[in-house]
Amino acid sequence: MTTTEQHIDQILIPILEQVSDPEIPVLSIMDMGVVRSAQIINGIVEVEITPTYSGCPAMDVIGDDIKKALKDEGYKSTIDLILHPAWTTDWITPRGRKALEDYGIAAPLEAQADKDVLLNEKRLVKCTNCGSQNTRLVSQFGSTACKSQFQCEDCQEPFDYFKCLK
Amino acid sequence: MKENLYNYILGIADNSLILGQRMGELCGHGPSLETDIACTNISLDLFGQVRSYFQYAAKIAGDGRNEDDIAMLRKEREYKNVLLVEQPNTNFAYSIGRQFLFDVYHLAFLAEQQKSADLTLSAIANKCIKEVSYHERFSSDWVRRLGDGTEESNKKMQEAINDLWAYTDELFHQTEADKAMVVEGLGVDVTKLKDEFYKSVSDLLEEANLQTPESKWFQKGGKEGIHTEHLGFLLSDLQYMQRTYPNMEW
Repeated sequence: MTTTEQHIDQILIPILEQVSDPEIPVLSIMDMGVVRSAQIINGIVEVEITPTYSGCPAMDVIGDDIKKALKDEGYKSTIDLILHPAWTTDWITPRGRKALEDYGIAAPLEAQADKDVLLNEKRLVKCTNCGSQNTRLVSQFGSTACKSQFQCEDCQEPFDYFKCLK
Repeated sequence: MKENLYNYILGIADNSLILGQRMGELCGHGPSLETDIACTNISLDLFGQVRSYFQYAAKIAGDGRNEDDIAMLRKEREYKNVLLVEQPNTNFAYSIGRQFLFDVYHLAFLAEQQKSADLTLSAIANKCIKEVSYHERFSSDWVRRLGDGTEESNKKMQEAINDLWAYTDELFHQTEADKAMVVEGLGVDVTKLKDEFYKSVSDLLEEANLQTPESKWFQKGGKEGIHTEHLGFLLSDLQYMQRTYPNMEW
């Protein structure tokens, strides 16, 4: 139960990579780390996904999108939502982090640094527009459950920061 | 059906449901856009947690009801939430005070629930505790800001804490289901969380330039389904769609 390994059939990876988070379309669900397993068992693809945040409304959509992507390739599938082990931002791949940054969302920092920035004690989050670290926390809560709002004091760009979750 | 486990889960989930509804009421009414979004984010987290609990409760009940039926189709007396969470948004200090008092309890509760022998409950706790630590950071930050702010904000924050204080003791009462679940190693013994709760709360109140109320007069009843008048009004909002258009689906 404590394993954090993913068990994903190689054949399914390219299909699953086409599915993205509906709220962050540049980020594939594979790079986000929400797919925990995908196996073909008796001709049916059994997929397990884990929510980023409990109330994330994207999970239902992601489940439907996975089903559709698999169906387009001729697979029937079942989707299970699992809660254990709990998702962490560590599961976002390096490619996923880069996609976030390019999209204008600062990628999560380490746990302690995250705490420092969210208490507005240290300025560590880099502006996604100009790269300056002279940024200010506007609110711990942002446009979706997983983000908080920041503003750059140099170029004035408002942007989201993906909160660290461990 | 495992009746004690079912009732134990409802006891936890109803707190999140009713508090989520209260925070959700602030949508569009927060004092600033950022705070408004924060309140509804907290509401969303709580509703997400409720879904996990009610999905599990529905499985245990095994009588064909689903998570929505459990959330929307019970009568007032069947809700097991503590009185604290149903108290109204009298003003922003009340919303923050209520949230803060519940968050401190909720964090301590989830830390214990993670150790439950019930794997579903421990997994849910493991997930929720990360979110609730954000809630606690938000609400305690606001208690500090209001308490240590202007004369007016200090006065309002103190009033809210004084009024809500009567509902804190109930957090540490046990129902029959709670006791049974503690014996089985599935449930949290809330009586053991009490001392730490009052210490954490009074430490922060002191930091926020606020007095810890000395009153020993407490209200109870929510856990047994005996609620304050506020819950009925809240439920008539919460259940409106299902009561008006029975069986409608979103």
